[in-house]
Amino acid sequence: MSLISNLKPGGKHGVPNSESRDPIGFLVAGLNRLAQSDLIDKMGLRKQTEQVVFNVTRTGFKTITNASRTFARSGKTGAPGARPAFTAGTGPFDLTPTEDEQMLVDLVSEFAEEVVRPAASEADARCAAPDELLKASLEIGLPILGVPEALGGVSEERSAMAGTLVAEALSKGDMGLAVATLAPGSVATAIGLWGTDEQQQTYLPAFTGDEVPAAALALNEPTVLFDVLAPATTAVKSGDGYVLNGTKSLVARGDQAELFVVGASLDGKPVLFLVESSTEGLSIEGDPAMGVRAASMTKLELKDVKVPAEAVLGATDGTTYAECVRLSRLAWCALAVGTAQAVLDYVTPYVKEREAFGEPIAHRQSVAFMVANIAIELQAMRLLTYRAAARAAAGKDFSKQVALARRLCAEKGMQIGLDGVQLLGGHGYVKEHPVERWYRDLRAIGIMEGTVLV
Amino acid sequence: MAINLEVPKKHRALIDQAHQVAMNMLRPISRKYDIAEHEYPKELDILAAMIDGLEESGASEGAGAAGVRRDGIADDKTVKNGSNMASVTSISEMCWGDVGLMLSFPRQGLGNSAIASVANDEQLERSKGKWASMAITEPAFGSDSAAVSTTAVLDGDEYVINGEKIFVTSGERSDCVVVWATLDKSLGRAAIKSFVVEKGTPGMNVERLEEKLGIRASDTAVITFTDCRVPKENLMGSPEVNVEQGFAGAMATFDNTRPLVAAMAIGCAQASLDLTRELLQQAGVEIDYDKPAYLQSAAAAKFLQLEADWEGARLLTLQAAWMADNRKPNSLEASMAKAKAGRVGSDVTLSCVELCSSIGYSESELLEKWSRDSKILDIFEGTQQIQQLIVARRILGLSSAELK
Repeated sequence: MSLISNLKPGGKHGVPNSESRDPIGFLVAGLNRLAQSDLIDKMGLRKQTEQVVFNVTRTGFKTITNASRTFARSGKTGAPGARPAFTAGTGPFDLTPTEDEQMLVDLVSEFAEEVVRPAASEADARCAAPDELLKASLEIGLPILGVPEALGGVSEERSAMAGTLVAEALSKGDMGLAVATLAPGSVATAIGLWGTDEQQQTYLPAFTGDEVPAAALALNEPTVLFDVLAPATTAVKSGDGYVLNGTKSLVARGDQAELFVVGASLDGKPVLFLVESSTEGLSIEGDPAMGVRAASMTKLELKDVKVPAEAVLGATDGTTYAECVRLSRLAWCALAVGTAQAVLDYVTPYVKEREAFGEPIAHRQSVAFMVANIAIELQAMRLLTYRAAARAAAGKDFSKQVALARRLCAEKGMQIGLDGVQLLGGHGYVKEHPVERWYRDLRAIGIMEGTVLV
Repeated sequence: MAINLEVPKKHRALIDQAHQVAMNMLRPISRKYDIAEHEYPKELDILAAMIDGLEESGASEGAGAAGVRRDGIADDKTVKNGSNMASVTSISEMCWGDVGLMLSFPRQGLGNSAIASVANDEQLERSKGKWASMAITEPAFGSDSAAVSTTAVLDGDEYVINGEKIFVTSGERSDCVVVWATLDKSLGRAAIKSFVVEKGTPGMNVERLEEKLGIRASDTAVITFTDCRVPKENLMGSPEVNVEQGFAGAMATFDNTRPLVAAMAIGCAQASLDLTRELLQQAGVEIDYDKPAYLQSAAAAKFLQLEADWEGARLLTLQAAWMADNRKPNSLEASMAKAKAGRVGSDVTLSCVELCSSIGYSESELLEKWSRDSKILDIFEGTQQIQQLIVARRILGLSSAELK
């Protein structure tokens, strides 16, 4: 076999197809192939490096082998499910959470500080959340936060605001672990919001019981300039049901999930489908990304996946799907706020302790103003997010508010991640400090669609 | 208690009223007084009478410079949306009309804000119905307001004031001027006091009016004080020099006026956004809030960014007002609001000029004017950099000696 088996350099390794190799390029490419070959190892020329083993690795699609439960059908087909009532939303301008919300935030904040943050670094490296942490998140009731009381959950009314506050508090611990722990509850919330009586009776008992299934909201797709409102994944009517085809990306804990909510185009409209992981034609591939790694991101492939007519979640005219996209963006805004707060809380004491030229670097305006701007933009992000959340909870139109919140959180969140690393200089670039992880996580906000919602 | 970031219904009437005044009174004369700088906008006299009428009827909760008095409010632990919120929302609407004209509202000057905030009851009564402007800045200092070199020396029952003040808004039109002067320069900030000086007091002279980049409807005066004598009762607050308390008394005014200036920037920027949205629409660009920004035109994506930043400034300003209404200390939040609103005001108005091409740059539309007017809002009542300094000191817990 020739060392240079492919003369065209483009189309892989991030090299565009327009590139061409000159003679020196061919030589270097050849040397590189040689450097990668086993020959050097056999001759003992290379230092042995320890192989890093990831839980989730890019090994090609595999059929889901995880033992998944059978969800016993129950309830009335086609009958509307129970719905949480909207909040009043008529009071004065106020930034004070309700007593219940505050109790919840205190509880989750403690969990984030004492359990989530200490586990974050290793979970990021392993691309997986520790089992004990996932179990503990069930104990504090995260999956049933958005499920109505009538269905065994805890919410008396629409919980978008409470969910936002919880996502923020969790993300202050770690964004990746927040996503891992919030993903099942997102699916339960979706079923609570849009499920028929049958869907609620069939699936929700699993979430309110002792053995809560992993579940994932799969909207994203591996497409450049992805338009979440026009998924390439298709649903075609076939007999009594539908056949789904396509690939979804950034699906949290897809390898463990027993239930997916999948976005697909049906007759030109985006629609949500409930797909159990035992369904034939599903396969999964590890898809680790630059950040949010503790959420064990995967790609989900659907090949001629047959689902019954009852698998449709909500309306088929695109309205449920659009609502789902907005609520998901809201959740990501909340996650951005929590992580950005973590950055501010971390850099504040650091710049006061770190000295240069004989005094703390915080005494310099260029440093201090960077911190001031983090604080200012963070609070703006928070207020935009809260406004959208409060409107969602009150049943008001929040499409514009959430769009503006997302725009600001994506842009300023990324800036805060960037400045967090910059303020620590070289120390910010190494894993001894968490700011490099927050830098990677905060880049997600502008990209993420689906995965979690509130 | 529940989180809610909508301006309550009870404020709606006042906001709508301000909007109608802005649209029907200010906009028609907006360009006129931009061109005729230094000419008195006589139309405002009728407006002033109208505002007085509204205030007497109780229909208005501080349409202008109501100032902020935190005493005398019963604390029954319910959440209040009061005069501070009414002030920022209505000022914002007025500035949607015209910032320069709003600053020229008779009897609604920053001096009135200062009086309303720090004067005792007797002084408040005496200045009732008067138009008061504010004189702080001097040729040798701007942001560093502790560097006041104008002096006030007690001589019998009168203070004798000497010095030169610049950038006095409505300095020629007002009835009196609130002047910052030091009782003893060697005692530093603590010795800085403010004095009400009536127009016509011998020794006080309006030297000239500035020609400016924007807010040309508002007159900006240079005023000199030469052995100008005022009764000692005209000193606002306590005459004692309390080194412990330092600058706090005088600076209290700024805590209250910063959200108001932020509101001005929001109003001015909203004028640009509203018109640009419509002009873009006519050009075939619709803003879609669900569709990812990068799948829309670059103009739509830019507009979304501007609107998001603008909304951030608006909510930070409402937050600062809400805190003041509920008697929470808001110095940090007031500075955050002004810093964000100041820079967003410039970004929005300047970007809208670009989005609308030569129509934006031409005097045939008001977009170019708004982009000139907005610039001052990132400067006066504490520049962008001063706000960042205040925020940084608060967040980092550093003194002004540590973080200079």
